[in-house]
Amino acid sequence: MSESPALLSVELVSPSQRVWSGKASMVSARTIEGDLGILPGHAPLFGVLVDGKVSITAEDGTATEFSIHGGFLSVSNDRVSILTESTD
Amino acid sequence: MGAQLRVYRRRMRSVKATKKITKAMELISASRIVKAQQRVAASTPYANELTRAVSAVATYSSADHPLTTPSANPKRAAILIISADRGMAGAYSNNAIKEGEQLASLLRERGLEISSYLVGRKAVSYYKFRNRPVAGSWTGFSDSPTYEKAKEVANAVIGAFLADAQTEAHGIDEIHIVYTEFKSMLTQSALAKRMLPLEVVESEVAAPTGLFPMYEFEPSAERVLNALLPRYIEARIFNAMLQSAASEHAARRRAMKSATDNADDLIKSLTRLANAARQAEITQEISEIVGGADALASASAGSE
Repeated sequence: MSESPALLSVELVSPSQRVWSGKASMVSARTIEGDLGILPGHAPLFGVLVDGKVSITAEDGTATEFSIHGGFLSVSNDRVSILTESTD
Repeated sequence: MGAQLRVYRRRMRSVKATKKITKAMELISASRIVKAQQRVAASTPYANELTRAVSAVATYSSADHPLTTPSANPKRAAILIISADRGMAGAYSNNAIKEGEQLASLLRERGLEISSYLVGRKAVSYYKFRNRPVAGSWTGFSDSPTYEKAKEVANAVIGAFLADAQTEAHGIDEIHIVYTEFKSMLTQSALAKRMLPLEVVESEVAAPTGLFPMYEFEPSAERVLNALLPRYIEARIFNAMLQSAASEHAARRRAMKSATDNADDLIKSLTRLANAARQAEITQEISEIVGGADALASASAGSE
């Protein structure tokens, strides 16, 4: 990871489909305890999400927003998976 | 046209009409299997991630969650049977119902009462015909289940599971699910699985990459588990429904294919019979004409 900056590999999945998957430089979401931003190198974390927006900033800097209805977020070794019941 | 021939032709027409219907149903099911398989495939990433998450949390949470704790002396068990809404699918619904019956007798041997939860009109009418009590039933979505429906079913069974079976009439101690596993286009088999109390053994299977990292939980491991386990049940019910839907279409396609083949055979043999009847009719007419001419000839020969 010395040459290129570290990236997160992100999966946003719902029961009916894989909504988003790929490399991202930042993910932000809202958990029960408040807003949360995740950058590469984040400590392992498991959070419960509330209804709201999840924003994923992709490799090239474009941000994509998803409205989610409840869900979970887990981070470990720069791997972020977001599980949600449904997205709009 | 003779009576015999007319009857054969009428039967041929009716078989042909039926064949058109079964052929159409076969083609529709064939196209729906593919769609149903895609839906199963589309739901697997979610199921995998969820299983991983449950294993990870369960590894680090020492808390005994009500959904993972077996009752000391179970009293009542629930069976959730997933069947079809419509027939014309061969033995598909029957196999699932029979598997449920077998499971029920096994549970009865263990001294448990059974309460039944049914999905699909076929199972509902089977139980209604036999005047059996039904704890809950859902119909109308067997061929394309949605996550919302799975959630509805899951909420009902989880609610009953969390109620105390010793004191409350609808409370249950165990939940088993009977569904039809879609192994391939040709093989589907009905099977029964225990769903609750959960056995979280996946952590051993899913840990080839090493131990799970020490997660920080937000807000706490217990609350995460509380939120996670019902989702896990929902996802498992949803997956069972999707597989059953794919199996239903596959079973229907196979049943309709053999119906079409049988109609073909029937049409072939009826055509032969009709041809023979027509030929017999012609032969008879010829011999009548010849016989009539002979009689006329001999009559006029006698008068001269």
